[in-house]
Amino acid sequence: MEYLPNIIFAVILIAGIGYFANNVKKLIRNIKLGHKVDASDHTSERWKNVVNIALGQSKIVKRPVSGFLHVIVYVGFVIINIEVVEIIIDGLFGTHRIGLSILPESVYGFLIGSFEILAVLVLVSVIIFWIRRNVIKIKRFLSSEMKGWPKSDGNIILYFEVVLMCLFLVMNATDTTFQSMGSGNIISQFIAPWFDGFSAGTLHTIERAAWWFHIIGILIFLNYLYFSKHLHILLAFPNVYYGSVEPKGKFNNLEAVTAEVRLMMDPDADPYAAPAETSEDEVPAKFGASDVMDLTQVQLLNAYTCTECGRCTSACPANLTGKKLSPRKIMMDTRDRLEEVGKNIDLNKGKFVDDGKQLLGDYITNEELWACTTCNACVEECPVSINPLSIIMDMRRYLVMEQSAAPMELNNMMTNIENNGAPWPYNQMDRLNWKDE
Amino acid sequence: MSEQLKVPTMAEMMAEGKQPEILFWVGSAGSYDDRAKKITRAFVKILNKANVDFAVLGTEESNTGDVAKRAGNEFLFQMQAVMNIEVLNAYEVKRIVTCDPHSFNCLKNEYPGLGGNYDVIHHTQFIEELISSGRLTLDGNTYKGKRITFHDPCYLGRANSVYEAPRDVLKKTNATLIEMKRHKGTALCCGAGGAQMFKDAEPGNKEINILRTEDALETQPEIIATGCPYCNTMMTDGVKFKEKEADIKVMDIAELIADA
Repeated sequence: MEYLPNIIFAVILIAGIGYFANNVKKLIRNIKLGHKVDASDHTSERWKNVVNIALGQSKIVKRPVSGFLHVIVYVGFVIINIEVVEIIIDGLFGTHRIGLSILPESVYGFLIGSFEILAVLVLVSVIIFWIRRNVIKIKRFLSSEMKGWPKSDGNIILYFEVVLMCLFLVMNATDTTFQSMGSGNIISQFIAPWFDGFSAGTLHTIERAAWWFHIIGILIFLNYLYFSKHLHILLAFPNVYYGSVEPKGKFNNLEAVTAEVRLMMDPDADPYAAPAETSEDEVPAKFGASDVMDLTQVQLLNAYTCTECGRCTSACPANLTGKKLSPRKIMMDTRDRLEEVGKNIDLNKGKFVDDGKQLLGDYITNEELWACTTCNACVEECPVSINPLSIIMDMRRYLVMEQSAAPMELNNMMTNIENNGAPWPYNQMDRLNWKDE
Repeated sequence: MSEQLKVPTMAEMMAEGKQPEILFWVGSAGSYDDRAKKITRAFVKILNKANVDFAVLGTEESNTGDVAKRAGNEFLFQMQAVMNIEVLNAYEVKRIVTCDPHSFNCLKNEYPGLGGNYDVIHHTQFIEELISSGRLTLDGNTYKGKRITFHDPCYLGRANSVYEAPRDVLKKTNATLIEMKRHKGTALCCGAGGAQMFKDAEPGNKEINILRTEDALETQPEIIATGCPYCNTMMTDGVKFKEKEADIKVMDIAELIADA
């Protein structure tokens, strides 16, 4: 019986981490539904981006208020989680504050003291975040795609953090040995008096309860990530690594098209040649994207990484002028469809069974796609290097090249280019007339 | 007809056995659009004034295919690109300057993958180069103290991080440069990009060019400067919509410098 708490702890820990690992496997499987991308180039630049943009938060601070608060929560989250190491060791081996027996009292006190200060800063920041979302009503949190689950999701994450921080502080405040040590209880010494008059036994029970709920809360939070927009705390790092290192204006040239164009321009090509032999399963390359499987693995990683902050949408010229397009919605739709496809695969023993749905039409409408000016404002804004524009472009390509579904005016423009090398119906031979006008 | 410009073509140059220092890519707007042709002429005036050894492709130039690509027609883009690259490579073109940020971006970033490798610069960069190397001198009085705001074209700014060249050139005119709230990386699009120039906007509550013009009007400018024929059209329309065309001119940097 003596080891019962240790065993219970180990079981909870393994179950918590195990379930999470299982979902991470699913996440990776889903991302791998996309086309492979060669990202073996520019390694040093990619790492530099991870250091500056992801670790260094260089883009998020471009909006100073939310940026500053985010840095506090980020730093707090990372540093306070050092405490989890101690909790896990204590939990598994039945020790109490193992850190104290390893580290000098002053060092341990300094560490816990820093955690306590950060906990309070995080608490304050999170409350301001909640006010920004629910009281001040900042426009980017009120868009149509933020109704229902995305709105609750945002708030649930904040509640989680409030509860976790409070449990941490209460745990310290009710730990009589820690309080009597008088080092590191910078904040909790002011909470301790709230429990004056409690018996030593009650205090111990509260301390234990706070300790258990704290670690269980962390494990629940860890597993909540997969079902939430909050995955960015993990995926931001790989996402920034795989983010584009090219000028933003450079759109990829479709290789499948290049092959066909080369053939068309080749004077030696035999127009009656039989198509090259292909295996029966081979599907001819599709131009552009109509569903998540047509996108790249990086685009799908982008979708899981998006934390719905909406900075992209708040900078989008189309969205600012009342058009339906919202780059954030493009990312959310891509993720939601990918999740739907993933569940379909789970239900059908590892194979996707056509569900008569796709990203184009069922999630993203033509109207949204045609409203984009390709200005790159969304790409510039994203604090974690997500590229909504590339998905819009791939879907436009599908509309135009597979469905011939461009707006009529654009078809006219393209016909002009085909006929006379200009988007307007002017004669090619008049190209130099400006010289003498 | 205004003053005579010297505009040699690559074909003429080749016939004389000469290779110009730089190819001026005029682009479709610069060749055919009435407003943009003025920009083209202003830029050539600068080239002539600075004695730049340049040439154009003339009737051998065709649309870069950029707008087709942004509209989603990768086929048409690559057809145009392959055709143009054949011409450019036949003339052994090394360096290209253009007044159109869309052509600039496309030639610079998207042609190399299809076999067209050139050193491509935007005309604001070239003008800056001409001034700082002393090949072009400005008298500095025409725009002295005038309030000018610069609208960043998306395909020059965000797309290729060229923010300083146009500003450096503007400062050399002794004008007072006033920035809009949204500028450089956060500049708002004029509304023409991504093939929007050639179609009506989707339903909304405002036109993008009006919103951008309002940004510009906040700076109380005498001149709205830009470096893109499409931005020019959109901002000119915006100024007209606001009935400010009597007080505010929309000018390309080439036009400003041609008279500076």
